[in-house]
Amino acid sequence: MKTATASNRGVLPGFGLTLGYTILYLSLVVLIPLSALLFNSTGLTWEKFWGVATDPRVIASYRVSFLTAAAAALVDTVLGLLLAWVLVRYTFPGKSIFDALVDLPFALPTAVAGVSLTAIYANNGWIGSLLEPLGIKVAFTPLGIIIALMFIGIPFVVRTVQPVLQELEADVEEAAATLGSSRLRTFGSVILPQLAPPLLTGFALAFARGIGEYGSVVFISGNMPMKTEIAPLLIMSKLERFDYAGATAVAIILLLISFLLLLATNLLQRWMRKSAR
Amino acid sequence: MKKGLRKGILISLVFSLAVAVTACGSGDKEAGSDSKKIELLNVSYDPTRELYENYNKAFAAYWKNKTGQEVTIKQSHGGSGKQSRAVIDGLNADVVTLALGYDIDAIQKEGQINEGWQSKFEHNSSPYTSTIVLLVRKGNPKGIKDWNDLIKDGVEVITPNPETSGGARWNYLAAWDYALHQNNGDQDKAKEFVKKLFEHVPVLDTGARGATTTFVERGIGDVLIAWENEALLSLKELGPDKFEIVYPSESILAEPPVAVVDKNVDKKGTREAAEAYLQYLYSEEGQTIAAENFYRPTLESVKEKYKDEFQDIKLYTIDDEFGGWAKAQKEHFSEGGIFDQIYTPGQ
Repeated sequence: MKTATASNRGVLPGFGLTLGYTILYLSLVVLIPLSALLFNSTGLTWEKFWGVATDPRVIASYRVSFLTAAAAALVDTVLGLLLAWVLVRYTFPGKSIFDALVDLPFALPTAVAGVSLTAIYANNGWIGSLLEPLGIKVAFTPLGIIIALMFIGIPFVVRTVQPVLQELEADVEEAAATLGSSRLRTFGSVILPQLAPPLLTGFALAFARGIGEYGSVVFISGNMPMKTEIAPLLIMSKLERFDYAGATAVAIILLLISFLLLLATNLLQRWMRKSAR
Repeated sequence: MKKGLRKGILISLVFSLAVAVTACGSGDKEAGSDSKKIELLNVSYDPTRELYENYNKAFAAYWKNKTGQEVTIKQSHGGSGKQSRAVIDGLNADVVTLALGYDIDAIQKEGQINEGWQSKFEHNSSPYTSTIVLLVRKGNPKGIKDWNDLIKDGVEVITPNPETSGGARWNYLAAWDYALHQNNGDQDKAKEFVKKLFEHVPVLDTGARGATTTFVERGIGDVLIAWENEALLSLKELGPDKFEIVYPSESILAEPPVAVVDKNVDKKGTREAAEAYLQYLYSEEGQTIAAENFYRPTLESVKEKYKDEFQDIKLYTIDDEFGGWAKAQKEHFSEGGIFDQIYTPGQ
């Protein structure tokens, strides 16, 4: 019976074993810490939960977190596609160095990124001092948060789009061109449909990463309540006053919204794959 | 298959036995020299790093001299509240030396520190003290002299968020207390004052060092509200040609307390050394090291020696003015507390 299901799933044996491992690791790494979050919420009554959920400061922080994360992920999707395109389609000296540079935001401690971005974009920094006469303020505004999140999120888009782009055969584009398709049309109806699913994945990953990001943002955002205070910071400040229940409430809502958004993008992606076939 | 399994078990048995034997061996060795060598962990907050680096050396020498026992002291630094939580969650600290009593109270509530810790050592268990001062740019271009100058038009003030920074709670309470005295104890007036004050704060950093960076490196703000020891350290490191310290007419007496973590020292058998470690902070040598690291000494003889370094201003204590940390925390920094109200629209 078991072997029958396993062989139905694929040519490689070991379905039972791998599924067991999957569940084990998913439990150890994801599910148990998440459930600990719930168990830790002793003293979290419905009344308290509702009080936190409707607190204007908490709501404002969600707005800041989700809007900046979405904006950063959107910009990253466009920039990431461009970057991946250049890295896949062209050869130029120093290409492998550029390729390696893309991963650096993964490795760099986010606090370091936050401090250096703030130094550059503050009114007396290299870029900040150029922007200030134009009336553009970056550090200590939502724009600064978006820039920090762009930095953190860009590798996600590049690394998901790159392999798909590599698989795309150039002769399909050539065929489209010989059939009289304009460049724009080739891009719109030949390349983009195939890239849409990985782009969406990249967007979702960058978005999710941005929602939870704390280390880099606290340095550049200015942390003003109602204006540039992000939800993870509110969790930290509740922990700092030993308000575990309140922190848990903020975290649960944050997780719930994130999960729903990610589920929606996953469903959208699945639908896109199906309709592309 | 079965045979292979059995073989595997055998191998792992042999292997674990070997590990166990070597572990025992090294364990024996350590046990043998246990009476000669101990290790203490001091869990502290951020700005005390240099202070304890110097003090640990002095104490180790003193302890070796007195008992013949070699003691190594490990330090851990971080935000005061964060450090307190780490100890609650199981960080094996022998002593805690934090920024405010509230953070030690939190450990005591979990049962790791016995009740009445604050009366175990002299001066509310605070061997050294400090106060809150105003750091301004050289020449004091905005003419800041006292707390009420901070709410003048065009003055930008840098202070960390008192919700995330234990140290910044002292800043806030110092301002509050000043306003209270100016308005004959009128709470509403004091609330109005701090509300106005925080309207002059363009950036709320999460910790004291972050706020210092914002003020010093980013060039933001006209005044930094800071602990005196941090302000003096900044002057020393950045040069007195860039900043100067303004002492307000009155301020709060900052008492960063120390305590032995009873549960951990009893388990590790380090109580004697841990208590001596904190007690020696009150000695002439300990006090001198504190003073050299810009904390106000409490021992009269050392106080006298360093009286030129620390300006004499009117200082009030949290206990007298606010009825202790638990009460101050509840009224000002808890959810829906006064600080929360300042930033919630429509209040």
